[in-house]
Amino acid sequence: MVRVLKLELKGITKRFGSLVANDHIDVVVEPGQIHCLLGENGAGKSTLMNVLYGLYEPTEGEILIDDKPVTFRGPGDAMAAGIGMVHQHFMLVPVFTVAENVALGAETTKTGGFLDLEDTRRKIREISDRYGFDVDPDALIEDLPVGVQQRVEIIKALVRDAKVLILDEPTAVLTPQDTDELLDIMRQLKSHGTSIVFISHKLREVKAVSDTITVIRRGKVVGTADPGASTTELASMMVGRAVSLTLDKAPANPQETTFEVKDLTVIAPSGQHVVDGISFGIARGEILAVAGVQGNGQTELTEAILGLQERVHGSITLDGEELLGSSVKDVLNAGVGFVPEDRSLDGLIGTFSIAENLILDRYDRAPFAKGISMSPAKVLENAKTRIEEFDVRTPSGMLAAGTLSGGNQQKVVMARELSRPLRLFIASQPTRGVDVGSIEFLHKRIVAERDHGTPVMIVSTELDEVIELADRIAVLYKGRLVGIVPAGTGRDVLGLMMAGVSPDEAQADAAGKHAAPSLSENPAGNAAENPAENPAETPATNPAPAAPSVQEPRSGAVGDPHE
Amino acid sequence: MSTTATSPVQGKPQPEKNGGPAVSAKPVTWKLPVTLSVLATLAFIFFGLLGPQGNAKFGVSSGGDFFQLPAIEVPAFLSGIVLSMILLGLAGYALVLKARNNQRPPRWVPAVFTVVFVVAFLIWVVGGARTPSISLAGLIAGSVTLAVPIVFGSLSGVLCERAGVVNIAIEGQLLGGAFTAALVASLTHNPYLGLLAAAVAGALVSMVLALFSIKYVVNQIIVGVVLNVLVSGLTGFLFSTVMQSDPEKYNSPGELPNIDIPVLSGIPVIGPILFKQSVVGYLMYIAVIVIWIGLFKTKWGLRVRAVGEHPQAADTLGIKVNATRFWNVTIGGAVAGIGGSFFTLVAIDSFTKEISGGRGFIALAAMILGRWNPIGAFFAALLFGFADNLQSIVTIIGTPVPSQFMAMLPYVVTVFAVAGLVGRSRPPAADGIPYVKG
Repeated sequence: MVRVLKLELKGITKRFGSLVANDHIDVVVEPGQIHCLLGENGAGKSTLMNVLYGLYEPTEGEILIDDKPVTFRGPGDAMAAGIGMVHQHFMLVPVFTVAENVALGAETTKTGGFLDLEDTRRKIREISDRYGFDVDPDALIEDLPVGVQQRVEIIKALVRDAKVLILDEPTAVLTPQDTDELLDIMRQLKSHGTSIVFISHKLREVKAVSDTITVIRRGKVVGTADPGASTTELASMMVGRAVSLTLDKAPANPQETTFEVKDLTVIAPSGQHVVDGISFGIARGEILAVAGVQGNGQTELTEAILGLQERVHGSITLDGEELLGSSVKDVLNAGVGFVPEDRSLDGLIGTFSIAENLILDRYDRAPFAKGISMSPAKVLENAKTRIEEFDVRTPSGMLAAGTLSGGNQQKVVMARELSRPLRLFIASQPTRGVDVGSIEFLHKRIVAERDHGTPVMIVSTELDEVIELADRIAVLYKGRLVGIVPAGTGRDVLGLMMAGVSPDEAQADAAGKHAAPSLSENPAGNAAENPAENPAETPATNPAPAAPSVQEPRSGAVGDPHE
Repeated sequence: MSTTATSPVQGKPQPEKNGGPAVSAKPVTWKLPVTLSVLATLAFIFFGLLGPQGNAKFGVSSGGDFFQLPAIEVPAFLSGIVLSMILLGLAGYALVLKARNNQRPPRWVPAVFTVVFVVAFLIWVVGGARTPSISLAGLIAGSVTLAVPIVFGSLSGVLCERAGVVNIAIEGQLLGGAFTAALVASLTHNPYLGLLAAAVAGALVSMVLALFSIKYVVNQIIVGVVLNVLVSGLTGFLFSTVMQSDPEKYNSPGELPNIDIPVLSGIPVIGPILFKQSVVGYLMYIAVIVIWIGLFKTKWGLRVRAVGEHPQAADTLGIKVNATRFWNVTIGGAVAGIGGSFFTLVAIDSFTKEISGGRGFIALAAMILGRWNPIGAFFAALLFGFADNLQSIVTIIGTPVPSQFMAMLPYVVTVFAVAGLVGRSRPPAADGIPYVKG
């Protein structure tokens, strides 16, 4: 690792048809730096990196390495030039071993084209030892936890002698603990001379490791920022206007428990118990947030409640009425509102108009239907009121729902589900891929529904959102309920619970760590304070407060207003 | 703040250590024990209680062997009873394991069960025949012979699907190979040129599949089916217009010679299978081994499998996904074409309409049963060859079972084998999904 290189993107423009994803972007990555590209989802960060990695050809502009222009015809060229990339969705073959994945595309061979995996194994052990990765070259990828898979991706780039490593939203799939470890790894890589381009929209992480921050909005560079800048400053640069990062939420006023889940088990087609003996209850007027790393049974839990899962045991009661075994339609008619996690797949019919999407669950009854005929006038009228009420930005309710932005699509789904009297409201990933402005609005609506006296269940993989909305927090791990803790429980405690540690142990563990605050796990508790009042906070100087702090969780989402 | 004591779990959460596996194992079902029990009972009634009284005779050696082993002669009724008792015992063992310990029976149980069942079935069929004697060596050697085109077909399937393209057109590739081999060998009076032409013809059929499914992203199943119909129609038309007009000139390809390897071919049972084969037969063994080594031991194979499993990952590592697919499909076609030449250059020395008779589809089943592995596919194809050969031998010696039922045997085996075992096999993840960049 002697050679370091300077990377420069000059006037990069990428158009897809009429859409301009990148508009004359200039970025300089100095050698040995962690350079952050900060921007909302859809701002054009990933497109830019795919251009740099040779996956897309830029419409205009050039890439300079050590001040010499280069053209990449494919990822092979980029890799040869010393650029490595860890994609947001890992590019690993699940049925291959670590060594096979690392070797792929850059195989060492014996005579006759026979694979020499021993050579690859040696290289993996070498890198693994240098950075303390602890990766077994002969493990199958599909058996490895996500955090380890990510390290395999990093090894893949390092084996190819990457001098610049692009990390595309690397923390999206990680637990808070894994995230801290990754940030540590990034610092180590930097100290070994590897430059890093870190793509993220999570302000806390960005502030913790970056040397330089370039903010991108709507495909354009809107400026550079100093990592010392406050989170509110960064957030408003990212969004383009002043944003309120805190949710004004009155304390909950829980009444009687009307929704109860007992010993719920969901069996996947593979025979695996994806939800395993879960019991909890939600009272009227409270929000229960279900936290956990993606794929720990949250999807199946919500689908089981709605009646979408086939092999379910246990009981689900709403106002004493058993929901299990009823059809989806009966469950909806019982007063369950449901916002699915993937709105474009399960929440909307993209080719249908907004107006039609708004009555998908009530198309067959008055006032929209009479006998076998529908009343388009009533449908449009309904659309008009809903669009206004939910601030859906669209010129007309006749437009196809698929043409709306993510945030507006989500508002349509939410408007439909909240427009009838509810006895239970479930929202899965209510603000995933939604712009900051819409997040505020959606969160307010959810809280309003709670204050209306409805039991509310929120499923989110974003810890910030959980902390912001929850009155109580249930943590799922591998299909089991690790525990239910009060709102205001420390971020680090929740993080440990998300990795399967019981609440008691997690609290003891977190308290122990605070005795000797380490650099890596800084931001955990800080966000519980209002960073607006504390703009100069830096990772190293701020020991986290003792956990768990029992206080209003309202300012929790500051670090990550997005998603 | 607002913590209501509504949850039964709250306060005493289930302890779980970090990383502790909470994933429950796949539940053990009653399927296998019950199936075994039903089959064992049927075996006991038919092979045992209702078994024939005579003896069944199995020849082991053939004429050319350098030493002769005596034929095995067994009393049909007695062995029927004994073997079906063993079957009942195995089924009972599986039932007890499930009922008492909720355990899956060990893997050898269904394997031994299958072997014993087949032996009992053979004794029953032969014992009840008009001439209760068959040659075991002939039965096995014949199975291999009948399996040759199926093996080539399934290898073609393996090559295509490992790279992520579904190849339904195996039937068409076999048929195209058979026709071209006959035509070219007749015109040039050289069966070796016919063999080569068959490979080219198979590759051409495959290139059409590759072009449409990869370049134009047409549904691969539809292209495959259409190609089968196209080749069938084309060869049928050319057969009746060209070949029939002058069979001497256009449809007398001559045979590829059988090559006996001295000494080795004289070993009883094994000799005729391994060392007394046609050129195509030897090519089959070579192809199975070469493709297996290629797929699992070389750089080429690693890349092919990556393209079939996760094309995007391969692309980000600089591997040309669609080019890899194109050439794999083409090579697969050539392999199937060689298999097709077996019909016209080895088995029968002339072409007739639909000479491949659906073996391309059996090959597809063999590929699935063999779990997309060349060696697995080889043995699966052998199983179908065995069923095919058994039905023809059994029809010849005359049995109480109507021959129409015996003729169904290979297809019944196909359905059961694939239905029963496919649940546990996993196709390449990107099989049949076209790769479009960006």
